[in-house]
Amino acid sequence: MKSLYTWSAILAIVFASVVGDVLLARAMKQVGDVGALWRRSGLGTVIRRTLGNPYFLLGVTAMAVAFFSLLFALSWGDVSLVAPAAASLTFIGNAVAAKIFLHERVDRRRWIAAGLVAAGVALLAG
Amino acid sequence: MTFRKYLVLVGVTVFAAAGDSLLSHGMKQTGSISVNHLQGVIFAVLNPWVAIGILLLLAFFATYMTALSWADLTYVLPATSLGYVLLALVARFVLHEHVSPLRWLGIALITGGVGFVAGGPELTKHPHTKSAEEKRAAVAATGVES
Repeated sequence: MKSLYTWSAILAIVFASVVGDVLLARAMKQVGDVGALWRRSGLGTVIRRTLGNPYFLLGVTAMAVAFFSLLFALSWGDVSLVAPAAASLTFIGNAVAAKIFLHERVDRRRWIAAGLVAAGVALLAG
Repeated sequence: MTFRKYLVLVGVTVFAAAGDSLLSHGMKQTGSISVNHLQGVIFAVLNPWVAIGILLLLAFFATYMTALSWADLTYVLPATSLGYVLLALVARFVLHEHVSPLRWLGIALITGGVGFVAGGPELTKHPHTKSAEEKRAAVAATGVES
C-alpha cells in the first residue's frame, strides 16, 4: 500500500515535471543567453524578462505541483528510490516531449542515453 | 562550451542533489503526510532541514534556468545526472539508508547514459528560425519589431 502511494506520487512528479520542463525550456530560449544578457543589460533586465514571460509562469506552476508531489513521495519512500526514479522517468518523458514540442534534435546518442536511463530506473525499482 | 558554462552545469547538479537530500532528511523527521491532513505540508516547511533544502533548490532553479537559456533540455537534464550518484552516496553514508547492489547497478547505467549525451552538441541549431539573440540584435539595429 505504501509503495502504491509512493509510485502514484512518482508518476504525478513525472507528469508535472515534463510539462514544467518543456514550458521553462521554451521560456528561457525566448529570454536568450542569460550570461550575455546580464553583461549587456544588467541583472534587472534578466529577471524582468524572465518573470514577464508567460511560459515561465506556467512552467513554474507545473514545477510547484511537481515539488509538492515530491514532498509526499519523500515522506513515504527512500530518497535513493524516489529521486532517481522520478527524475529518470522525467528524463525519458522529456526526450519525447522535447522532440515533439521544442523540435530539439534528439539523435541516436540521446536515444541510447534514454534507453540506459530506462534500464537503470527498472533496476532501481526492483 | 566555456568553463563558466561547465560551472553552471556543476551548480545544477550539486544544488539539486544537496537540496533533495536535506528535504528527505527533514521529511523523515516530520513524519508521513496524510491526504486527510494537508496542513502537515505547511508545518514541514518550518523544519530547518526542509527550509535549507528549499533554499538549495532555489539555487538549483536559478542555475537550471541559466543553463536552459543556452542549451537544449535534452542536453541539460542528462548532463547534470551525475547528481544521482551523489544522491546514492549521500543516502548511503549520511542518511544511512540501504542501497542494494541492484540499485547501484541502476545508478551505474544512468551514469552511462550521461556519458553518451555529454559528448554531443549542447544546442540544436535551427537553420530556418532566427535565435532570440539575432532577433534582438535586428530590432536594436532597425528599431522595428518583426
